[in-house]
Amino acid sequence: MSRLRSLDIGKYGIVLALVILIVFFALLAPSFLSVNNVLNILRQVSIVGICTVGMTFVILTGGIDLSVGSILGVCAVVGAILMSSGLPVWLSVLAVIAVGAVTGLLNAFLISEVDIAPIIATLGVMTALRGVAYILTEGLPVYGLPAEFNLLGQGYFLGIPVPVFFLAAAFVVGWFLLSKTTFGRTVYGIGGNLEATRLSGLSVRRATYRIYVLAGTLYAVAALILLSRANSGQPKAGTGYEMDIITACVLGGISVAGGQGRITGVIYGVLIMGVLTNGMVLMNVNEYWQWVVKGTVLLAAVAIDRLSRKRSKTAAMG
Amino acid sequence: MSHSILDMRHVTKRYPGVLALDDVSISFRAGEAHAIVGENGAGKSTFIKSITGAITPDDGEILIGGEVVTDNSTQQSLARGIAAIYQEFSLVPHLSVASNIFFGRYPKRRGVIDEVALVEKSREILGELGVTIDPRVEVAQLSVGYQQLVEIARALSRDPRVLIMDEPSAPLTDAEMVHLCTVIERLKARNVAIIYISHRLNEVFRVCEQVSVLRDGRLIRSMATHETNEEELIRLMVDREVSDLYPNRRSHPGEVRLEVQGLSTEVVSDVSFKVRAGEILGLAGLVGAGRTEVARAVFGADRKTEGQILVDGEPRVIGSPRQAVAAGIGLIPEDRKAQGLLMNLDIADNSVFASMGKVARSGVIEKRRLAEAVTSIADALRVKAPSIFTNVKGLSGGNQQKVVLAKWLLTDCRIIFFDEPTRGIDVGAKQEIYELMRQLADEGAAIVMISSELPELLGMADRIIVMHEGRITGELSSAEATPEKVMGLASRSVVPDNNTKEEMVHE
Repeated sequence: MSRLRSLDIGKYGIVLALVILIVFFALLAPSFLSVNNVLNILRQVSIVGICTVGMTFVILTGGIDLSVGSILGVCAVVGAILMSSGLPVWLSVLAVIAVGAVTGLLNAFLISEVDIAPIIATLGVMTALRGVAYILTEGLPVYGLPAEFNLLGQGYFLGIPVPVFFLAAAFVVGWFLLSKTTFGRTVYGIGGNLEATRLSGLSVRRATYRIYVLAGTLYAVAALILLSRANSGQPKAGTGYEMDIITACVLGGISVAGGQGRITGVIYGVLIMGVLTNGMVLMNVNEYWQWVVKGTVLLAAVAIDRLSRKRSKTAAMG
Repeated sequence: MSHSILDMRHVTKRYPGVLALDDVSISFRAGEAHAIVGENGAGKSTFIKSITGAITPDDGEILIGGEVVTDNSTQQSLARGIAAIYQEFSLVPHLSVASNIFFGRYPKRRGVIDEVALVEKSREILGELGVTIDPRVEVAQLSVGYQQLVEIARALSRDPRVLIMDEPSAPLTDAEMVHLCTVIERLKARNVAIIYISHRLNEVFRVCEQVSVLRDGRLIRSMATHETNEEELIRLMVDREVSDLYPNRRSHPGEVRLEVQGLSTEVVSDVSFKVRAGEILGLAGLVGAGRTEVARAVFGADRKTEGQILVDGEPRVIGSPRQAVAAGIGLIPEDRKAQGLLMNLDIADNSVFASMGKVARSGVIEKRRLAEAVTSIADALRVKAPSIFTNVKGLSGGNQQKVVLAKWLLTDCRIIFFDEPTRGIDVGAKQEIYELMRQLADEGAAIVMISSELPELLGMADRIIVMHEGRITGELSSAEATPEKVMGLASRSVVPDNNTKEEMVHE
């Protein structure tokens, strides 16, 4: 019983935190609640949000993906180069998605076959791929994107920014896979009890490949939106995004220990990060202080996770 | 003969549902080795932990050197001269022998570790043990036997009055054992009281002056080793009545369902056996005999170095649990929580975890089919819970075990390994599990049961295979199996009479 109650507190806690933040910024920055700004926040969070869906799968297995920012960078740069060289947009888009999937495959290979811990495997991939992004562009931004590609990142449909639809779709797919499919149960199984999962005859290896390839594909979609919004292929694109993405997942209740958390909570995590960033910009908080605030938010989220875990453990024993 | 240096008086320890120690009084004398023997679960480790202060007894007194100890803790008992070496080494592999011996208590000069003194003192202690190891060598480079001696040297560096040795010979070769005996003699000469825990009864007679037998948490008898013999000790250790806890055997074994031929792994050697449909085969042996390893290897969870598995007469390649499940094999693992269940998930998800494909269409789980399947199996197994969507974390041990069983029954497996199926569950639930096992066998399943509780094995199994140090040492039908015979086969290495297979084992 007490376990249920503490979970509910956790679930409403994040909603409460979001509401408090919104009220706080609404009082201090009058333009915060304007329709324009709300749509703006939604558009701003879409890139990070799409990535959090992939990251959620990874963290649920007890892993972590540090390479997300670099994958964004490489995908954006590849897309820019292909499109500016005159390749049709649809073909370039497919190529970028393939690049994302292949980088995910690389991560899965290192983790599954070479047996490198996810944090180290993706750290190596993160560094190497950032290098690749600079090499491909010789360190310079790539311009000359076709005008129609702008629509993806900057356009509106039914008055709502186009990226928001992709964000919603990503969450629906993630939610469906995690809660309705055998694959989703396996993801929870791997993070919750790897040995029991293996002894139940499930293929951990196959699931690992699926997870990282899925994540890489989602990053590629996010990269296309990023590219379209920036209107140029920047080799430094996506730098530091892993921070916001991991924080959003953890805020959303995805336990870094693996096996616990719901993707619906991650939506709130994403919104909190978006509101926080947007609000601080409106209030002219300087960027350095924004980092301090975001880092603190991550630590606070993990601390709450750890403490509630400890409490539920003692409750279960008592 | 000197007077006692450590007295345990009326020591009692209760755990929920179990009386682990029941009014145990034993005295230990300086310069003597005193063996504590008993089956697994007899209370040996609880007794040892009470001495070292790892646990606090609910009742009773501990006297060290005639004085009552009131504030026992692991630090306090060390300070009072009680040292222990355990089965699992506590050495730091990449430090030198000397650094390990004085770990945390390095001799210092001006705040810096005095390397010269460290090596000197270590050499002294090793010399006392009659061991010639260079103290500067890294521990990881030593054989297991020498590591054991370093462990003893470390205990000795504290100049203990009492030294507890928990299965010190388990990892040793015969030659190393001879050396250990010499070392123990030297320790006795230094007036150390030795508490010796071992499953190998021949060692008890070789090393110890006194022996105490524990059974079900009670002290059965303390005596001088020259007043008794191995047969008597075994009888005292296992003598228990087999109650009517167990269902009647009705088995009429059918076709051979599982055949294991010449199975070897890193731990087990050349294990062969057959299990028939409708039969419960018991695997007996002491902890570490390799029973679990056999089950895991057959199931594809551990690597096989040699051997063949036949299911219903057909050779099957089983390199992973996945392939085992496909071949109709199930494994109820010994550690329910660590290996059997997903504690974050509910009864329904746990129950279908090994057979999700059966309640899903193209990977999408159909909730209605899932609920139907789980409800019927949970009813059949009489899982007691508010609903099938209750989290497994809050269930009792017996109900958790039923969920693990449900998981395998839903895979329709016909060969099931039960590894310690009733560990940590209460008597009522035990009886239910026994009945379910027998029922499964009657319905044509082939069952392999591993248990460290001898009465349960004798009560359930149609046939018992006994293992010792990775090998099968004998087979007994349920009619011929007695606790004495099983323990005899389990605690003594049988000299192999036909050595043809022996040559295949490369060392």
